[in-house]
Amino acid sequence: MDVIVQLQAQFVEYTTSLYREGFLDDQFTQLQKLQDESNPDFVVEVVRLFFEDSEKLLNNLATALQQQCVDYKQVDAHVHQFKGSSSSIGAQRVKNVCVAFRNYCEEKNLEGCLRCLQQAKHEYYLMKSKLETLFRLEQEILAAGGSVPMMT
Amino acid sequence: MAFRIGTSNSKCKKVGGNQKICVLIVDDDRATRRIHSALLNKFGVETQVAENGKEAVDLYRSGASFDLVIMDMEMPVMDGPTATQELRRMGVNSMIVGVTSRGQDSEKQAFMRAGLDDCHVKPLNSNTIASLLQQVNKNH
Repeated sequence: MDVIVQLQAQFVEYTTSLYREGFLDDQFTQLQKLQDESNPDFVVEVVRLFFEDSEKLLNNLATALQQQCVDYKQVDAHVHQFKGSSSSIGAQRVKNVCVAFRNYCEEKNLEGCLRCLQQAKHEYYLMKSKLETLFRLEQEILAAGGSVPMMT
Repeated sequence: MAFRIGTSNSKCKKVGGNQKICVLIVDDDRATRRIHSALLNKFGVETQVAENGKEAVDLYRSGASFDLVIMDMEMPVMDGPTATQELRRMGVNSMIVGVTSRGQDSEKQAFMRAGLDDCHVKPLNSNTIASLLQQVNKNH
């Protein structure tokens, strides 16, 4: 029982830190509220979709910015999509980088865009790692026979 | 509201007295489609998805009918404003609600002019969905 309590405390502390450090916003809480017995893996499923689509988008962005003649409209379209999908799962820091990224697209500032792409990759992979840790903690709690605390 | 049975590709078939609300979610983002579906399913509503405006228009052309269409603004192949204009031109009078992650009023207004009944920033939340479904229920 002590192990479960310890794991649950670790989960709560870790989740709280993700919100405090701006990795996640309230939208992630809304996703957790949609998870229930009929949809037990909902959050993981949605986040996995986000991971798959984001990595394609980041590749598309890198390719678009490597072109001899950069199509900033296309770059902006990819960034807009990335901003939208990161908002949908509550990935706040990724979304914020996209906001700055779009400004550089509008200015057709290649250097700014390239810098933002690096920042977007950094924030995305950092957030991915954090969420994978969170999901691992959930699995450890469930494997130990406990229930995952609901964040409010 | 016309209900059509038969050759439609819609999984939301309205048959006889079946009054279950049916919603079409049109969005190119998979995570958003999944989230909006889950939100709507919580309200006991049936949902179908389309990846872009052309798929939505094709569904209606095939005879499908929905009580509510949630239409994303920016999509490849056919965007939200174009799809909305086309649906209205076809005589579709379903409630069409636009969603966009663009916050600027001017962009939302332009989308509204395409023929929307309403427009919201995405992702939608439970309160907004509840309010939309209330309006749909009034028309149902």
